[in-house]
Amino acid sequence: MTALPVPSKRPLVTKWLLRLFTIGWLAAIVAVPLGSIVYRTFENGFAAAMRSLATGGSGEFLHALLLTVLVAAIAVPLNTVFGVASAILLARHRFPGARLLDAFIDLPVAVSPVVIGLGLVLVYGRTGWIGSWLAARGIEVIFSVPGIVIASAFVSIPYVARAVLPVLNEIGTEQEQAAATLGARPFATLWRITLPSIRWALAYGVTLTTARVLGEFGAVSIVSGNITNKTETLTLFVGDQFANFNQGGAFAGALILALMSLAVLGLLSLARRKEETAP
Amino acid sequence: MVTVAGRVAGPSLAVTYLSLIVLIPVVAIATQALHDGWGTFVSTITQKETVASLRLTLISAAVIVVVNTFAGTAIAWVLVRDQFRGKRLLSAIVDLPFALPTIVAGLTLLSLYGPDSPFHLNAAGTVFGVWLALAFVTLPFSVRSVQPVLEELDKETEDAAASLGARPLVIFRRVILPALAPAMLSGAALGFARALGEYGSLVFFADQPFHTEVASVRIFSLYQSAGTDLEAPAAVSLVLLVLSLVILLGIGAIRRHLVRDAVSR
Repeated sequence: MTALPVPSKRPLVTKWLLRLFTIGWLAAIVAVPLGSIVYRTFENGFAAAMRSLATGGSGEFLHALLLTVLVAAIAVPLNTVFGVASAILLARHRFPGARLLDAFIDLPVAVSPVVIGLGLVLVYGRTGWIGSWLAARGIEVIFSVPGIVIASAFVSIPYVARAVLPVLNEIGTEQEQAAATLGARPFATLWRITLPSIRWALAYGVTLTTARVLGEFGAVSIVSGNITNKTETLTLFVGDQFANFNQGGAFAGALILALMSLAVLGLLSLARRKEETAP
Repeated sequence: MVTVAGRVAGPSLAVTYLSLIVLIPVVAIATQALHDGWGTFVSTITQKETVASLRLTLISAAVIVVVNTFAGTAIAWVLVRDQFRGKRLLSAIVDLPFALPTIVAGLTLLSLYGPDSPFHLNAAGTVFGVWLALAFVTLPFSVRSVQPVLEELDKETEDAAASLGARPLVIFRRVILPALAPAMLSGAALGFARALGEYGSLVFFADQPFHTEVASVRIFSLYQSAGTDLEAPAAVSLVLLVLSLVILLGIGAIRRHLVRDAVSR
């Protein structure tokens, strides 16, 4: 008897079955539906698609797009600073509340966006714990832009910290300690040693955060009140067009959102490749 | 002095930010849900429609987790072990549901499997439609948790088993599966949590009370009809919240187990 197995036909069949299954599954669930939205958008030509975007008044789509960009421009930097800071704290320091921080950073991934929105209304609404205090000072959070920013920050809180933390643990503290012994101030060490070594993981986390903020729907639709030309983000615009039987506008808006996330996805795979090849 | 101040300031700022944005709203849900006492809470969450929505949510999440564990492991296997043209494209497609807004996911599925389906497959408003949407949004979880473990897996052990005459199925069950099990479990738990709370992809695809109304959609409709009295939506939210917390703690335990395993190896 030879010790080496004779290559049988069975594994080859299994291999092809698995390959076919993978292609079929991904096509049926993701790829073909996505293709069909492109088809639906341009079914009646490019001009018709553009017109359907403007059905609800010419400025509505543009306003929604700008609001989405504005919200991302505030929420993403906030969460980036928080994410890097809490990752450094968790990796490098022991302090009371560390386990709490570690556990609760993940919460937004597991909680329904609708529940998140409701919680924010309860706290920041006019009669809420913090909201009533703010309302007395003329600051409106719920049904206004600050509420949308907080909701977007909530849903996207984990991504930067979770991307950076394993890298921080892996690189260890040797270089940072060396810098410190050579007299570098903490800030200089952070800027010249720590941040450069986590840059691709950071880029990955920031891109995920951005994707999540651009696409948030459930939490934002509760806290924003969905007021046209005031608190309507791009995702809400899409939902609104669909609910008002303007399918063309909904599909066109959805396609624009999809293209934005495809761009984000491109950046993601770039960051992942760079991280893998980085020393 | 500066370092002492910094040592206190850093953690307190981080914890304050997390509290303002995440913790306090979560506590507010629990407070509001139990505002009128335990009895009111129980009678709210045992309303017929609410029970139906919770049951549908739990069953659907369970079904999708089982389906995804099989599909996800198979896909991860192909992505790691198989070589063919276009594999990179498939890998990118797996990440799409992460990046794509849920409302877009819902509309894409509706355009292909809705009332105007080119294949005449209308799943909108059916339980099957709920499953389809959940399968879409949770696809990356199972694939991406299994994939890194599969990449690390030593092929020598499998070759050794094969050279000793083990059949492929036996090798899979006795060599590969035990190594993958924790990753599969943690991917399943993440997917389950995600499926329990899904809203955006289901809002136009599944919103018929009693039939296809999942818990999140139920909370939203309770919120819209509640006016200023938010006890009812808060009560249903609390149920989801407790479930998510339990799953999160479970995932934490699995993760710590994995780290311990890696250290002891």
